[in-house]
Amino acid sequence: MSFTRFTGTGLAGAFALAVAFGATAASAETSVSIGFQQEPTTLDPTSDATAAIDGIITHNVLESLTVVNEAGEVLPALAESWTISEDGLTYRFNLAQDVTFHDGTTFDAEDVKFSFDRALAEDSENPTKGIFNPVESVTVIDPHTVEMVLRNKDAFFLFNIARGDASIVAPESVDQLKTAPIGTGAYRFDSWTRGDRLTLVKNPDFRDADNVEMDRVVIRFISDPAAASAALLSGELDAFPGFPAPEMLPQFEADPRFTVTVGSTEGEVILAMNNAKAPFDNVEVRRAVSHAIDRAAIIDGAMYGRATPIGSFYPPHGAAYVDLLDAYPHDPDKARAMFEQAGIASSTMTIRVPPFPYATRSGEIIQAQLTAAGIDAKVENVEWGFWLDEIYKKQNYDMTIIAHTSPNDMGNFARGKSYFYGFEDPEFTELWNAISTETDPDTRNDLLRQGQRYLTENAIHGFLFQLPRLGVYDARLRGYWTASPVLYEPRASMSWAE
Amino acid sequence: MSYFIARRLAGFLLTLWAVSVVVFAVMNVLPGDPALTILGIDSTEEARAALRARLGLDQPVVLRYLDWVAGALRGDFGTSFSFGVPVSGLIGERLPLTFSLALSGMVVTVILALVLGITAAARHGRPGDWGIMLLSQMGIAIPAFWLSMLLVLLFAVRLRWLPPGGFPGWGDPIAALRSLVLPTAALALVQSAVLARVTRSAALEVMRLDFVRTARASGFGSRHVLWRHVLPNALVPIVTIVGLQFAGLVTGTIVIENVFYLPGLGRLLFQSIANRDLITVQALVMLFATLVVTANFLVDIAYVIIDPRLRGARG
Repeated sequence: MSFTRFTGTGLAGAFALAVAFGATAASAETSVSIGFQQEPTTLDPTSDATAAIDGIITHNVLESLTVVNEAGEVLPALAESWTISEDGLTYRFNLAQDVTFHDGTTFDAEDVKFSFDRALAEDSENPTKGIFNPVESVTVIDPHTVEMVLRNKDAFFLFNIARGDASIVAPESVDQLKTAPIGTGAYRFDSWTRGDRLTLVKNPDFRDADNVEMDRVVIRFISDPAAASAALLSGELDAFPGFPAPEMLPQFEADPRFTVTVGSTEGEVILAMNNAKAPFDNVEVRRAVSHAIDRAAIIDGAMYGRATPIGSFYPPHGAAYVDLLDAYPHDPDKARAMFEQAGIASSTMTIRVPPFPYATRSGEIIQAQLTAAGIDAKVENVEWGFWLDEIYKKQNYDMTIIAHTSPNDMGNFARGKSYFYGFEDPEFTELWNAISTETDPDTRNDLLRQGQRYLTENAIHGFLFQLPRLGVYDARLRGYWTASPVLYEPRASMSWAE
Repeated sequence: MSYFIARRLAGFLLTLWAVSVVVFAVMNVLPGDPALTILGIDSTEEARAALRARLGLDQPVVLRYLDWVAGALRGDFGTSFSFGVPVSGLIGERLPLTFSLALSGMVVTVILALVLGITAAARHGRPGDWGIMLLSQMGIAIPAFWLSMLLVLLFAVRLRWLPPGGFPGWGDPIAALRSLVLPTAALALVQSAVLARVTRSAALEVMRLDFVRTARASGFGSRHVLWRHVLPNALVPIVTIVGLQFAGLVTGTIVIENVFYLPGLGRLLFQSIANRDLITVQALVMLFATLVVTANFLVDIAYVIIDPRLRGARG
């Protein structure tokens, strides 16, 4: 039998030798490889809401008139400057000159008009058509000047048109946006091997090309957290800006080859309650739920301590933030008494949880906390397509856990009964209308504070924590964002330390 | 023989038709709106309606099904809802990887299982046998994804011999082979554990038969007897299990492709279901069903070749 044994080990050995000594690709000094958990199916931010499209394409390949920086400030992009009329309704944009699209066609005011008209059209498939609603008309004044007239004042207009949904595209290349987008940005789309990687290369004709350090940005799609971790540890990846597993961070923090960042996002994680459905139409029940929740335990258990608690629906890093964390102190006995008073003690409540780690983990902890307050709480894990259909569209739920990742989204509470909150109050709607049309920052912040207090006082939802942005980076990498005030991140500022 | 093949072929087509109806029905009953999944929760109903109309989702289900079947018969599997490119192209660019992975997984599984199984049978009741059976028991107990993670930690993270995942494409054959080593090992180690046990017991069964004793008595060496006399007569149960395992291998690649982030069909299927990309899911499930049914068909044919006695029986 010695022959048999030899054949087995011999074959395996020869195979291993043949492949083990191939070259390992070393990352060049002007290239960076970045891991993404989610892979988009198309690359067009003007027709698909997938966040990863913005993360890759927006303000890298495609640009908008304005751009928002890491601090959340609006800065010029394709519009070099702008003036706003006294009444706040007419915006005149002065466009950057000598800009060309990646296919060589010239960028001018006609492209801006084309892009906005396309988003505004009746058959438009723009995922956030709402941000264009205030626009009444777009007029080309000359090749480098565009004028937009709004129907009503919009405090967030310049912020919103920085989004990928408002990317400036050319009529000549609009048809290839989904698969090979052509824009004016610092990077050109190079190639996309679906399921594996997407490559961007530096645009030598970019108006600020001298300050773009990386010649090549490679995005690798790795959905499994353990695989992402292995890819970083083995040097396959240089960065993972939205690292999905907080429990794996300690090993990177202990390793001098890596930098771990915990930044803020615009994502408020809430325990949403169906305000249109009994017993959640009763404010006392919602308040009792708020007393039953222990945020500290949720953050420890679900996020391994890496999140900031919120007491209302507004990010803690925002200028108008009010600390309302103590409005409903954790008190299971009080919650139990309140449930009893409302006549729903030991009734059943179901939390339908979408398939995101922050949600599934929080769900189990909240289930235990509600049980401690005398409620028969159940958790139902559902898939994303199901969540969108049953909870978001049909409002068929008691409670759910979800992060609202858009900036300036307090207006969700003014979307009426047909929105999945099932909440409507003319008083709040009026307040939101005042907020969204108020252009003076101080007055607006005052109104935003009022809004936060209103939402907390009426305990519309259980307010849990601000979703953190966890990042793992090669320690020599520079110029990336820690915080994530918007869905995109310009990669032009990235570089390797000397 | 031709009657046998004709009957199998009819069964083959009937199965595929049934699969297409079931998948289409299930995907339509499943909650989930492709337009809402693509445009997200900030989209307006107006925009979603425009998208549904463009995708043809405002048509009745039966009409859509017939449309799809008519297209598929012409070889046109339609355009993916979410990717916006032809489904055949999506599948085409991923097929080589999944095919390579399934093939290498199968080959390594069979070689490993035959060698281990026959070796164990030859040493029946001795430490070598126990050792191999213990290992195969562990192989059956360990889930493929966990074994994958252990392999990655050792060979990619610690030793850095092999990449932790990804697939560079066949343009660079050495790199492509390197990236297939760990996934193949993860697939084959688990699959071969079952097959090795089957091989061992099938071989032991045959070894008790008179003709083996006769062969030994005629002076053939034990190695010759094992590989030339015992193995061929033990093949029927082994081939049956290989056929069954092929289906397991196809589903196994879905897990393995996710752990090793390989751009194969398994990941495409996963992504398409999440995106409610009905038309892509339909094509993929049809492809998988075709593969499994074909494998079973080939196993049936293989029986006839291995065991001449079946020729008369099956006609």
